[in-house]
Amino acid sequence: MKLQDARKDLLAGAVFTGFGLAFAVTASTYDIGTALRMGPGFFPLVLGAILVLLGISIAVKGFVAGEGGDLGTVPWRSLVLLIAAILFFGATVRDLGLVPALFVSVLLAALAGRGVRVVPAVVIAASLTALSVLIFVVALQLRLSLVGPWLGG
Amino acid sequence: MGILDSLALGFETAFTPVNLLFCLIGVTLGTAVGVLPGIGPTATMALLLPITFGFDPATSLIMLAGIYYGAQYGGSTTAILINLPGESSAAVTAIDGHQMAKQGRAGKALATAALGSFFAGSVATLLVALLATPLSRLALDFGPAELASLILLGLIASITLASGSTLKALAMIVLGLLLGTVGQDIGSGTPRFTFGQRELFDGLDFVSLAVGLFGVAEILRNLEGSMVRSVVVKKVQDLWLTREDFRRIRMPVLRGTALGSALGVLPGAGHVLASFISYSTEKRAAKDPQEFGRGAIQGVAGPESANNAAAQTSFIPLLTLGLPANAVMALLIGALLIQGIVPGPNVINEEPGLFWGLIVSFWIGNLFLVLLNLPLIGLWVKMLAIPYRWLFPAIIGFAAIGTFSINLNAFDVYAIAFFAVLGYGLIKLGCEPAPLLLGFVLGPLLEEYVRRALTISQGDATVFVTRPLSLTLLVLAVVAFVVAVLPTVRRKREVVFVEEDDGSRPPQPAQAGTGDGAARR
Repeated sequence: MKLQDARKDLLAGAVFTGFGLAFAVTASTYDIGTALRMGPGFFPLVLGAILVLLGISIAVKGFVAGEGGDLGTVPWRSLVLLIAAILFFGATVRDLGLVPALFVSVLLAALAGRGVRVVPAVVIAASLTALSVLIFVVALQLRLSLVGPWLGG
Repeated sequence: MGILDSLALGFETAFTPVNLLFCLIGVTLGTAVGVLPGIGPTATMALLLPITFGFDPATSLIMLAGIYYGAQYGGSTTAILINLPGESSAAVTAIDGHQMAKQGRAGKALATAALGSFFAGSVATLLVALLATPLSRLALDFGPAELASLILLGLIASITLASGSTLKALAMIVLGLLLGTVGQDIGSGTPRFTFGQRELFDGLDFVSLAVGLFGVAEILRNLEGSMVRSVVVKKVQDLWLTREDFRRIRMPVLRGTALGSALGVLPGAGHVLASFISYSTEKRAAKDPQEFGRGAIQGVAGPESANNAAAQTSFIPLLTLGLPANAVMALLIGALLIQGIVPGPNVINEEPGLFWGLIVSFWIGNLFLVLLNLPLIGLWVKMLAIPYRWLFPAIIGFAAIGTFSINLNAFDVYAIAFFAVLGYGLIKLGCEPAPLLLGFVLGPLLEEYVRRALTISQGDATVFVTRPLSLTLLVLAVVAFVVAVLPTVRRKREVVFVEEDDGSRPPQPAQAGTGDGAARR
């Protein structure tokens, strides 16, 4: 079995093992308690250990009988833009206000599409911002300030 | 309270103008996302959870449930018209439904799907109403040990019917359970895995997790390829079925309803399984099996009835036991929890209006759906033309606003990004996200019941196997696990799900990366 064919399973195994270890190690710093009076660390410690075992099993199984399969392409540009859009909204909605924060976020998201140029993206962002204000502020009456303190709102 | 009194109460709740309106909104949205490419009912419900926060609990559940079964209708529309099932359970419908559309019989196929679904939905709803009371009563005898075993059974059983690797599904469940432990420990108040972040004391936000995992991660998956689809049928006419048509679909609809009602109760993808089994049953029962695959009307009637009946009966474990059978039901549990209602056998007694109102709303919703889908079919056909480059920025924007608006907390928005990356990465590595969500929802409950059971039994761990009911549930869990890993079952399952995976994914253009991979092998 070639290493490449097991790549997917090896990676998945590593991710699960990593999470399991992180949870188990952190849990062991909490009070474990006894079976009668379980402490806060008991349940996560046991689960973390199980996850490590599962992670190792997945990796081993991948090595022995990997179904292979290519990872396929990862749309890195889209990934970065979408995540940036979400983070930007979270970081600025309070201070910039809903309208500017949402406009920039949706613009970033729209640019994540394949072969979308700037002008259509601006049109999409402007329309969707207007639509969102209508839905969330006018119709659903969410208490969100349209323009935040940074812009004198 | 007799069943008639209960139903009367249900009608009273469901027929308030507000609830009727939101039932209509729910099924309309459901049909829309069933029709639209690249967004499914799970993501939609996750996106709308924050909005339901201010609603009455009954209104919130009626709308969210409507999205789920509405999507079953919408999914079959795209399956028939453009051979791309908008929803996985409609994959079978595409086989004969699209052939009918090509022969100019699209109207007949759509009418068959809608009428079959309506009949199946009505029968299954009645079944839910009849079974709810006795099952809830049974579940009221459950102590913490039984409840813990029941949750374990639910978690294990959900992987039996899931696609993909069993080990990975198990690992996803455990990871979900672990993510569920983040936050203050109920027993001692100790903050766990919070890294000193005050925002994490209440635990990871359910909405962020669901939106990131099902909404954003799915967008990323869609952006890998181009999302262009062409509508073959621009205009749909002749929606009437002849007497001969009715004669031909009668038995398939009845059989599909029975199959779907039974299989829908099963955890996992019961409705997908139901439509596949119904199709093969009809093919075997037909006088002219060679017509199947070339536009047999029975091939539309059976599976469509089956998947809609299953969509309705999959509410049974949720309503009576508080156990979600799939990711959609897990979202409904989240919606209940947001409203401060603990799902379980007590809901029927403590919130009878909510409970029966929801059940009655299923029937009203199904009626709305027939009206929405037959006379207004042209509208949905037009909707197919909405380009994806408009759709996904809207999803991102709505997700961000919605999640932020619950607690006015930026941290919840960052959490979306985290779960989107985690979810997309894991999907890439061949792990389905649904088990993680189930684990996340059920984790805190499982921990609490295990701890309570052990406290009652003075730390004696054998309590789970010495109580007969608990033992039975655990034995069933073991059986479900063995079934999941048995090679013969696995192979059959793969056959079922391979077709689904082919059908439900948009066509991907050949890319440099995948071509390379194929060449190496």
